[in-house]
Amino acid sequence: MSGGRIYLDHNATTPVRPEVVRVMTAALCQCWGNPSSTHAEGAAARRALDCAREQVAALTGALPGQVIFTAGATEANNAVLHGVRALCGGGRPHFAATTIEHPSVLEPLRAFESGGARITWLGVDCDGRVNLAEAAAACAAEPALLSVILANNETGVVQDLPAIAGLAQARGVPLHVDATQAAGKIALDAARCADWLTGSAHKLGGPKGAGFLVARSALALPPLLRGGPQEKRRRGGTENLPGIIGLGAACELARADSARGARTAALRDRLWEGMAKSIPRVRRNGSAQHALPNTLSVEFEQVAGEVLLEALDGEGVAASSGAACASGSIEPSHVLLAMGRTPQQARASLRFSLGPANTGEEIARVLELLPPLVARVREAAP
Amino acid sequence: MSARIVVGMSGGVDSSVAAALLAESGHEVIGVTMHLAGSSSRCCSLDDADDARRVAARLGIRFYVANYKERFREEVMLPFADAYLAGQTPIPCIACNKRFKFDLLLARARALGADAVATGHYARIATGPGGAPHLLRGVDPGKDQSYFLYNLSAEQLRRIRFPIGALCKSEVRQRARALGLATAEKPESQEICFVPQGNYAGVVEALRPEAQHGAGDIVDRAGRRLGRHRGVHRYTVGQRRGLGLQGLPGGPRYVVALDAARRRVVVGGGDELLVSGAQIGGVSWTFEPPAGAPLRARVQIRHRHEAVAARIEPGPGGTAKVHFAEPVRALSPGQAAVFYDGERLLGGGVIAGALS
Repeated sequence: MSGGRIYLDHNATTPVRPEVVRVMTAALCQCWGNPSSTHAEGAAARRALDCAREQVAALTGALPGQVIFTAGATEANNAVLHGVRALCGGGRPHFAATTIEHPSVLEPLRAFESGGARITWLGVDCDGRVNLAEAAAACAAEPALLSVILANNETGVVQDLPAIAGLAQARGVPLHVDATQAAGKIALDAARCADWLTGSAHKLGGPKGAGFLVARSALALPPLLRGGPQEKRRRGGTENLPGIIGLGAACELARADSARGARTAALRDRLWEGMAKSIPRVRRNGSAQHALPNTLSVEFEQVAGEVLLEALDGEGVAASSGAACASGSIEPSHVLLAMGRTPQQARASLRFSLGPANTGEEIARVLELLPPLVARVREAAP
Repeated sequence: MSARIVVGMSGGVDSSVAAALLAESGHEVIGVTMHLAGSSSRCCSLDDADDARRVAARLGIRFYVANYKERFREEVMLPFADAYLAGQTPIPCIACNKRFKFDLLLARARALGADAVATGHYARIATGPGGAPHLLRGVDPGKDQSYFLYNLSAEQLRRIRFPIGALCKSEVRQRARALGLATAEKPESQEICFVPQGNYAGVVEALRPEAQHGAGDIVDRAGRRLGRHRGVHRYTVGQRRGLGLQGLPGGPRYVVALDAARRRVVVGGGDELLVSGAQIGGVSWTFEPPAGAPLRARVQIRHRHEAVAARIEPGPGGTAKVHFAEPVRALSPGQAAVFYDGERLLGGGVIAGALS
C-alpha cells in the first residue's frame, strides 16, 4: 500500500519489515525442509526453527525451551485457557480476567461460563487501568488462572503488571499475560513473572499466521492441537517454518531497535497535541502516562467515528475505530465501554496507532486534514 | 460532469448495476452496504455484504459497511411490530427508504464530501416546470418501486440518482453478466428483509414478546363469536386462511377488520371487503394540489395493485379522503395509498381506514 497513503493502524497489523520479507523469501526458496526429518534438508529446517526460537526467547526474556510456536496469538491464548481448564478436571473451574481482554480471551471464557465455569471479571477505571482492589479480591478466591492483557490494543493502556503479578503470586494464582500488543513496543521485563505469555508476529513487523506461547509454568498444559511430536508434543502439526522464521526475525529487529519507542512516542504526542489545539471537543481515551508509545485513542465528541474513518480513508489515511463485526461494520469498543464511556462516546472514538516508518511529515499532513474532516462529519450528522 | 456519489449496495443485482453504471460514466463511486437488521435476517446478511464487497472490488470502487443496526431496530422494526399489534398491516420499506436509504445515507454522503446518493430502485426522477424534481414510475412495469418512495421530499430527490430506473430487469441482468458481476444471477428478494420465510408473527413476537398473549375472539360484523384467534398481529384485512372457520354456512369468511383494542378479528363474506373510499393520514405531496379543490388521479393501495381512478379530497393536517370510482377490495390500514397521474407520482399517505 503506498501512493501517498498514511498508515496509522499498526495495532491492527503492521507492514512486514523488508528484512523480514528477505529472510522469509529465502526460507521459502531454500529452507523448505520438514524440521522433523533427519536428513540434511530436515536438519537445515530444524536449525532455522531453533534460531527463531532463540530470537523469540531473547525478546520475551524466556529460555528457548519455553517457547512454543503457534498460528498466532488467538491460538496461543486459546491453548492457555483450554489447557488450564483441562487441568481443572471435572469440577467447576474458576477463572479471573479483565473486562478489556482481547476477544481471543473473552470468547473462550464466555464459552466456559456458559458451560458452568465461574468467571470473575476485573473492571478498569476511567483511565483503562485494572482496579487493583478487585484484582486482590479475585486472587484471594484463588482462581485456576488470572488472565491480563499487558497493553490494550484499543487504548494502548499498559497495566501495572508488577502489582498484579505480586497479588497473583501471593496467593499462588497462575498468571497468563497477553503481550500481543506490548511485544516489540515496550520492554517485557515485568512479564517475566507470567506463567504463560502470548504474542503474535504480525503486530511487530512479522507475517500473519505465526505467534508464540512462552510457557514458564511448572504446570504442563495439555496441547490444544494434538498430532505429531512437534514442539516437544506441546503443539502438533508441521511447523509453519517461513512464518516462524519471519516471527524470529521481527523479534530480533524489535529488540535491536530499542530507541524506536521514544521516537514513536514523540510523533504520537505531536499528533495528540496538534489535535487538541486545532479541533474543538476532543478528548484522549485512557491513561497517557501508562500507555504504549505508539497508540492514541481519541474521542471526537458527537462524531460518527465510522464515518470519520471512511472520510480519512478517502484522503489516504488509515486509522481504526472499535472492533469490526463479521460483516465489516463497526461495533462500539468494549474496552471504552468498560472504561465507563457511553456507546455514543465509544462510537465517536478513533484509534491512531503509529509504526516505525511513520514520519513527522505524515503527522503534519494528518493534522492538516483532520480539522476540516471532523467539522464536515459533525455538520453532516443526521 | 464527474461527481462523487455514494451508492447504497444491498448485495443484489440491481444496486450492483446501479454502481456499475455510475462508475462507467466516470463518477467517483463509493459503495456502502447498510448493516440494518441482525445477522439472522436475509437481507443485510453477511453473504450479502460480501457480495456487495466483491462487486465493489470488481468495479474498483471504495466500499464500506455502515452499522445502523440499533437505529433500524428502534426506527423501523419496533414500529413495524407495534403497527401489527395495533391491527394494521405496515410496510416498513417506506420508512426504511426515507429514513435509512436516503436521510442517513445522504448525511453520510455529505460527511464523505459526496454530492449524491444512488440506489438500485426501479423509479425515475424527472424535473418539472420550475425545476422541482418529482418521481416517475420505473420503466419496467413488473418492477416499478415508486410506490415505496412516495414520501421522499423534493430536497431529497434533488440529491438522489436511480441509475436503473429506465431499464428493465432483464437489461439489468444482462449488464451485470456483461460486466462479470458476482451478483448477476442472484435471485430476487421479495419479502421484507428482516422477516425470514414470511414469518411475520414470529418477528412481531420476538420484538414484542407480549404479543404472545394476544389471543381473542373471531367475530362477525354483528359481534357474534365464531371462533378464537392467537393475536391480531397474525391477520391482515382480506386474509382467508388460518381462521379455522371452514364449513360455516354462507360461504368463505375473510378478515374484514382488526379491532386491536378489543382483541377482535372481524370476519365477513367476500362482498364485505369492498370499500368505496379511504381515509388517508400523513399525506405528502410532490405537487401541492390547489387548496380545497378535489383532485382526480389514480390511486394505488398496495405494492402489487393496479392503480384505480379516484377523486382525492385534501383535508386539514396532512389528511385526505379518497373516493374510488369503483369499489376496491381489501383496503388494509397501515399500507400506503399512492397517487399517480399516469407515470407521474403526485403524492401519497398511509391508509387509516375505510370511509364509511
